[in-house]
Amino acid sequence: MQITLSVNGESHALDIDPRTTLLDALRDHLDLTGSKKGCDHGQCGACTVHVNGRRINSCLALAVMHEGDEVTTIEGLGEPGNLSPLQAAFVRHDGFQCGYCTPGQIMSAKSMLEEFGNGWPSNVTDDLTAAPDFSDAEIKERMSGNLCRCSAYPGICRAIRDAAPDEGMHKTEAAE
Amino acid sequence: MYDFEFERPRSIADAVKALKTEEAIAFSGGQTLMPTMKQRLAMPSKVVSLTAIEEMRGVRQDGSGIWIGGATTHATVARETKDSYPALSSLAARIGDPAVRARGTIGGSVANNDPSACYPAGVLASRGVIVTDRREIPADDFFEGMFMTALEEGEIVTAVKVEVPETAHYAKFIQPASRFPLTAVFVAKYGDGVRVAVTGASESGVFRWTEAEDALSGDWSADAVDGLSAPDGSDMISDLHGTGDYRAHLVKVMTKRAVAAC
Ligand code: FES
Ligand code: FES
Repeated sequence: MQITLSVNGESHALDIDPRTTLLDALRDHLDLTGSKKGCDHGQCGACTVHVNGRRINSCLALAVMHEGDEVTTIEGLGEPGNLSPLQAAFVRHDGFQCGYCTPGQIMSAKSMLEEFGNGWPSNVTDDLTAAPDFSDAEIKERMSGNLCRCSAYPGICRAIRDAAPDEGMHKTEAAE
Repeated sequence: MYDFEFERPRSIADAVKALKTEEAIAFSGGQTLMPTMKQRLAMPSKVVSLTAIEEMRGVRQDGSGIWIGGATTHATVARETKDSYPALSSLAARIGDPAVRARGTIGGSVANNDPSACYPAGVLASRGVIVTDRREIPADDFFEGMFMTALEEGEIVTAVKVEVPETAHYAKFIQPASRFPLTAVFVAKYGDGVRVAVTGASESGVFRWTEAEDALSGDWSADAVDGLSAPDGSDMISDLHGTGDYRAHLVKVMTKRAVAAC
């Protein structure tokens, strides 16, 4: 099938099998190998990317379903020498060991800070009507879709906390 | 995955047409269907994506109830029903993890009728009605058993309607690895009676615990549940996470917790 995929602000014409997941399209067809394949079943979060500003597991999406959507991958956040605040904070705080889960962690963390800024509650928010507390329990719960086999969780938490002000934790409107 | 054709219609009418092909399958958020297809447990000849159908999306006030488009994601339901129906919002906000909630939809969840899914309990307790491309089906008749519904071949869940109760709560005993409920109970109190819907427990999927409904309709208090014996454990799911008797016990405990939290 012929499709056009918009990734990190660039439009790409692709001719792909309809079975191709968004993750495989990014990695194998567009050479954007930052997004990783851990489980390929929606369980680990290594493949997290943004679609229209929301985090999703790209291994659970068909590329052909995303014509007209705006996809952002880790490559779209920053690059060596010009890291985004979250990327820099992960380096500063040892938010990884092998680094395999890291692109997914960072993409997820970026959305998470935005959801937080917009006052979305989580499973551990007691009061649904008040603004949630930026506690470790909240961060952990909200990052629960991203597993780290090296168990770099303490560093991940610190990095997210540290980068939060620079990432703005601001309110934004993302399309569905 | 086995090979399939792909279509992404823009209207319900076109989707119904596309689904006329033999072995065609409606594909909503895909959070269950994608893994199923990858494991080759499903082999559709054609995948019809419902994600581009604008008329199937959104949350609206509908008389005294709420209308939720079938292709509305859990994240959207969580956000949009926060004021109008907090118990339903909290159910939606606790499904899976955030990435799953950004894709998974209410229509997909009820159509799949996983015996441990959250939505069937919320919809059944909320006197829900399942709207399809051809009719409206009361939730009481819709959920027929584990992974079974009243849907016919090619029929699409276009919306779900719920009645907003006086008060309600969803008490979920979470299975921490999968985030599915090990057992969960949605209790909803209406002016003329109480509804208690249980998911994650029974071999035949979501069900109403009518003994508890009767007891609570007469005496709206957690104590009213005390006098009841737990439902029969022999019909309950038994797996490495818990025996049938354990789940039966949880039904009672979670019902009490739900009422106490109202
Ligand atoms: S690779 Fe997508 S969630 Fe694991
Ligand atoms: S750093 Fe190795 S899996 Fe997370």
